[in-house]
Amino acid sequence: MRHSTITWAAPTAFTLFSLLLWEAAVKLFNIPPFFLPPPTAIAEAFVRFGPAIASESLYTLITTLIGFAMAVVFGLGLGLLVGASRTIYAGLYPLMIGFNAVPKVAVVPILVLWFGIGGVPAVLTAFLISFFPIVVNVATGLATTEPELEDVLKVLGASRLDVMRKVGIPRALPYFFGSLKIAITLAFVGSVISESIASNHGIGNLMLQAQAQFQVPLIFAGLVALAVEGIVMYALMAWVEKRMTGWAHRGGHAA
Amino acid sequence: MAFVELAGVCHAYGGAGTPLAVENLDIAVEKGEFAAVVGPSGCGKSTLMKLATGLQFPQAGTVTVDGERVSRPVSLAGMAFQAPTLLPWRTTIDNVLLPLEIVRPHRSRIRRSRAAYRERAEELLAQVGLEGAGEKYPWELSGGMQMRASLCRALIHAPQLLMLDEPFGALDAFTREELWCVIRDLHRTTGVTIILVTHDLREAVFLADRVVVLTSRPGRVLEERRIDLPRPRELDVTFTPQFQTIVHEMRDHIIKARG
Repeated sequence: MRHSTITWAAPTAFTLFSLLLWEAAVKLFNIPPFFLPPPTAIAEAFVRFGPAIASESLYTLITTLIGFAMAVVFGLGLGLLVGASRTIYAGLYPLMIGFNAVPKVAVVPILVLWFGIGGVPAVLTAFLISFFPIVVNVATGLATTEPELEDVLKVLGASRLDVMRKVGIPRALPYFFGSLKIAITLAFVGSVISESIASNHGIGNLMLQAQAQFQVPLIFAGLVALAVEGIVMYALMAWVEKRMTGWAHRGGHAA
Repeated sequence: MAFVELAGVCHAYGGAGTPLAVENLDIAVEKGEFAAVVGPSGCGKSTLMKLATGLQFPQAGTVTVDGERVSRPVSLAGMAFQAPTLLPWRTTIDNVLLPLEIVRPHRSRIRRSRAAYRERAEELLAQVGLEGAGEKYPWELSGGMQMRASLCRALIHAPQLLMLDEPFGALDAFTREELWCVIRDLHRTTGVTIILVTHDLREAVFLADRVVVLTSRPGRVLEERRIDLPRPRELDVTFTPQFQTIVHEMRDHIIKARG
């Protein structure tokens, strides 16, 4: 079989097989649908609640993307700053680690207190949870600039900014684009957490309501919708990464 | 006055009070001369590189390059290291052109007259045997070819001083000897002053007009020897008794000094 055939056939086959296994297990062990609905029941829920799922998914997607966009801008800026200066790195790093260690779900009540229930806390949670990997990756990329190369340029009278522009930033780009894949998945986590705690919209809220009404297939349909969104955005980021920094994947051993 | 002169230079990385990397170093290199500095690892060879190029300033003594006391990076110098440190996102020719985007007065001109500069870079690449490899990316080149490109990068701004820090350390023996000849020819055609830091005595004796031997840390000058082998030297010279006597004598001296 050709390599390209395997790359799409294998995942498809595995997914179908898992679904079949799931369906069979539910039937075989007589698991009640309010405990674990079979895939067919979830598909049914999709058809029945299609418009609601679609609009709430879109809401969550937009919320996530706004938070993610903020994280990209802020994370890139802070990463460059932290990576460029040893002092800022030393001063800010422990603070950032501490900040990252705080479970973001614990921050949501504060955000609600400040901004009220709704989209803003969700956007901010998505932002807060996803900016950290971007900062760390960009800073790491900058910090791995070879000292010899820096010497070569400094002898020629290069300023710090020159070294950043010519070497540091291009070198950090693969790290940056790599971190986007992690950040976008985390951003979904953030927005859905916030939606399920304090919002009247979004998939998180939809799932919470479905739970309250005991519509278990709908809960699972929400999960599936989230998974699909997550996969699509991840694939998009992976594609962007490949487009922007192909050189880093073609020959990692050079330099 | 010599072109590059270190007089009574002491230097420690951690500031005063920390162990010295080099102590009372006196080295003078004439314009156009090819000097080699040999010593065991940790003898302060890399410190010498940094001092002579103005990346570090000595705690005692003076460093003079081209009649001027060094107080900032010496932009008339080019550098190459053991690692070629080419940028993987740039083609070979763009790597070679990189210094011109930094150094004055070229940095303000390169945008307008890139074509002329490219021509110059291609000439240089041809000189080191990399004809037509300019459009390749560094990872498409072998280690020896990457090193050649790295030499071109060091030479593109027509430096008067070329500092080489163990440039052939990571190459296999055959490639290394090929590159000895490349350096030899570059020295002859450009007349650039070269300071080669190495731990390979044969390399030093084959290439240099003068070999300076340093002791282990703190680095001091143990011996200085003029190499009077006639130029141009072919690789065959390394098999002559005369060459081997020089290498042996120097080697004995180094071993004795280490006790």
